[in-house]
Amino acid sequence: MPTGTASGTCPRGLRRRAHDKAGRVKIVYSDVLVIGGGLAGLRVAIGVRRRGLDAIVLSLVPAKRSHSAAAQGGMQASLGNAVKGAGDNEDVHFEDTIRGSDWGADQQVARMFVETAPKAVRELAAWGVPWSRVRRGDREVIINGQSVTITERDAAHGLLAQRDFGGTRKWRTCYVSDGTGHAMLYAIGDQAIAQGVPVHERKEALALIHDGSRCCGAVVRDLASGELIAYAARATVIATGGAGRLYRVTTNALICEGIGAALALETGIATLGNMEAVQFHPTGIFPAGILVTEGCRGDGGLLRDAAGHRFMPDYEPEKKELASRDVVSRRMAEHIRSGHGAETRFGPHLWLDITQLGRAHIDRDLREVKEICRYFLGIDPADAWIPVHPAQHYTMGGIRTKHTGESPTLRGLFAAGEAACWDLHGFNRLGGNSVAETVVAGMIVGEFVADFCASEQGDLNVPTALLREAVDAERRALDALLGSRGTESADLIRSEMQQVMTANVGIFRDASGLEAAVGKLEALLRRCAHIGLRRHRDGPNPELVMAYRVPRMLKLALCIAAGALAREESRGAHFREDFPRRDDAHWLRRTLASWSQPSARLPSLAYEPLDVASMELPPGWRGYGARDYLNHPDTARRTAEVQALRERSGGRARHEIQEALMSYRHLLPERLRAANERLGEEVR
Amino acid sequence: MSEGRRLRLRVFRHDPTDPASKPHLQSYEVQEAAGMTLFLVLTEIRERLDPTLCFDFVCRAGICGSCGMIVNGRPRLACRTLTKDLPQEITLLPMPAFALIADLSVDTGKWMRALSERLEAWLHAKEPACDLSRIEPPMDPDLADRIYELDRCIECGCCVAACGTAQMRADFVGAVGLNKIARFSLDPRDQRADADFYELVGDDDGVFGCMALLGCQDVCPKELPLQSQIAFLRRRMARAGV
Repeated sequence: MPTGTASGTCPRGLRRRAHDKAGRVKIVYSDVLVIGGGLAGLRVAIGVRRRGLDAIVLSLVPAKRSHSAAAQGGMQASLGNAVKGAGDNEDVHFEDTIRGSDWGADQQVARMFVETAPKAVRELAAWGVPWSRVRRGDREVIINGQSVTITERDAAHGLLAQRDFGGTRKWRTCYVSDGTGHAMLYAIGDQAIAQGVPVHERKEALALIHDGSRCCGAVVRDLASGELIAYAARATVIATGGAGRLYRVTTNALICEGIGAALALETGIATLGNMEAVQFHPTGIFPAGILVTEGCRGDGGLLRDAAGHRFMPDYEPEKKELASRDVVSRRMAEHIRSGHGAETRFGPHLWLDITQLGRAHIDRDLREVKEICRYFLGIDPADAWIPVHPAQHYTMGGIRTKHTGESPTLRGLFAAGEAACWDLHGFNRLGGNSVAETVVAGMIVGEFVADFCASEQGDLNVPTALLREAVDAERRALDALLGSRGTESADLIRSEMQQVMTANVGIFRDASGLEAAVGKLEALLRRCAHIGLRRHRDGPNPELVMAYRVPRMLKLALCIAAGALAREESRGAHFREDFPRRDDAHWLRRTLASWSQPSARLPSLAYEPLDVASMELPPGWRGYGARDYLNHPDTARRTAEVQALRERSGGRARHEIQEALMSYRHLLPERLRAANERLGEEVR
Repeated sequence: MSEGRRLRLRVFRHDPTDPASKPHLQSYEVQEAAGMTLFLVLTEIRERLDPTLCFDFVCRAGICGSCGMIVNGRPRLACRTLTKDLPQEITLLPMPAFALIADLSVDTGKWMRALSERLEAWLHAKEPACDLSRIEPPMDPDLADRIYELDRCIECGCCVAACGTAQMRADFVGAVGLNKIARFSLDPRDQRADADFYELVGDDDGVFGCMALLGCQDVCPKELPLQSQIAFLRRRMARAGV
């Protein structure tokens, strides 16, 4: 790894800590700096490494401890090996994803994604992921509460198996028991080691370095020693995951604080897309919020209320427990509000019943669920129901990017995975599309990052003075915190923020609650100026870490709350009780939040429209949830156009029809453009 | 019901970056609550009593392997250790064999990365460049399940902390390393044969260093079949070595 130094002056008194004895800033150079060591970040790093570039991955924790490991149920890819997935293909996956997004997604990006997902899952198979496989012959499965015998095909024996998940018309979710994310992360982590990708662990980026239009790396703090280092890179990739810890009850790991997105926001140049789109998972265990996978319901598990009644068919007669997550969570919250929750001293909850799946099935395909129930609840889910309540789960919003993964406003800054708003998920992500996005975006964005570095734009002309000044600015801020005798506690501010977010910016939202939330969050951000520490020493200091993270988390929380307040409609996971209808006429557009200057107290909101006239799947009813929505003026015309084109194209191959409706293949990196082979569908 | 107990904790404290720091045990008292785990206990200590206490939690759900520590003499994942299963006096120490970062935080990441590099613990594919648009090669479903059984290791380090050999021999690969070799040797997608694995673990730092005390099997939070895997591997490596 090349390192260098820049000499220069800095205010007296700071020199000792900011610089080594010769007064020099430590600088680490690489072609690509990847911030975040989960699936998306590692896959980007492997991709650029294979193109002959150097990549360094920064990670708060050892890479294999990243939150990607917590993905249990599986990864969507339209292989169609399982008999209940037969006939699946990219078209069906695309439509499910767009309906799931409530038409908030970028349809070209969704197409790129569904086309690459089969390649990603097969690449992982080649890298050693022990995917669960199809067994030929008869087997008993539970569908809609009934035991049914299905017969797997001989030709599919030994190919990757698929299970059912919410919001999908085919069984499409490839899985490794219920440890899918773990198995994926270990395979990718091992490949990164094989490729010699260095992971700089326990390092935290504090700020992006940029000159107003070009990102050139990051100021990084060593969490063990406290040392500050400038990482200079031709391309910087943020892959830091979601921001679940802005909420009190979340399935997310403790490190999912949204800091990567906040660093992009703090540049004042990069924008965040659709931060108000926050997903709540139906089955967090109660009250801890630990996830139990959607695979429980996909495999036949039922939701029951205090009386033991299976209530979802009352609300969603077609998809029942397997409507999209936003719909199921909302129905659960509605049912609890109507007084049907089981009461405890921690509040009400509902039940997830997987007893009918049988012990053998649970032991093979739901073993993490079994372990979690055993260790955290003291129950065996083969015998007893699991107490569940919706919990914050996923951040659909994130750093706004082009289809290449690059920020449209800050050159050289890329984002991938949950930290990004690429925008595959719109206002609701389908289960199984998240881990799929990490590796698919990793493959695609990795190629574009390498292209960028190979182009003239990828040249880095960064004065060492810029690096030094960026380090000095962070040093000054840290020294101010370390020397502060302020009376505010960072922990307390954070916990008040989490209360506000869970109470007022949750599943049900309205103007008065959101206005109150914005006011409270703004006041909390002001209080951050008076945070004091009890230990005034750098080095391993968790109190200092919380102190510098909290204001960043609050800025993100304000983007969510302010975005939610401004969006006067309901779409996907964003539900306004005072505006319960989806309003395509006014709100078929993406929120872009930016933080104009460091002293600002609120984000600036702007909007970019989604173009109905070029959509392959024009807006309509999702097939579940409310049927009531306001149409965009262009919807009727586009729907007629699409229908006419389909009628004219009778007998043509599906790829050709698709290409005529909305061209996208040219957007993919060349090596990922080949059509996918599957059983019964040979490649052209 | 154990709720209502006043838990007395003695926690190891030391900051190796601070010349003034001396290793010692610090005492805290915490009121026990229903369903309380050591994650909740330590979080409460940090939030209410002592914001300087260092420890590592990430998933807090027993999945990521970050929070291995010595709980009353035994390596455990703290996040899923319920206080109701512990006596009123609880002593917490960092795991041995790993570099101390501070207090209960140790550097398992560096250790595991070095292990993976040394054992080349990644799949060495038979066909390095496969066409990703083609149907994947089939695999026996039961074999896939058996590979996953060994793939469930979360590199928490509990087996190393509980290993007699690892305490005496700094380069011993531990059950975590031997399990990785067993995992890749079981995988038909890996091109390596027993002779290749012998080069990696056919010595006293590898499978022949194991004294068969098998503390690893006792403490593995994922209940991996370490005892049988080490036994099988030793027999195969002995055969490969002659």
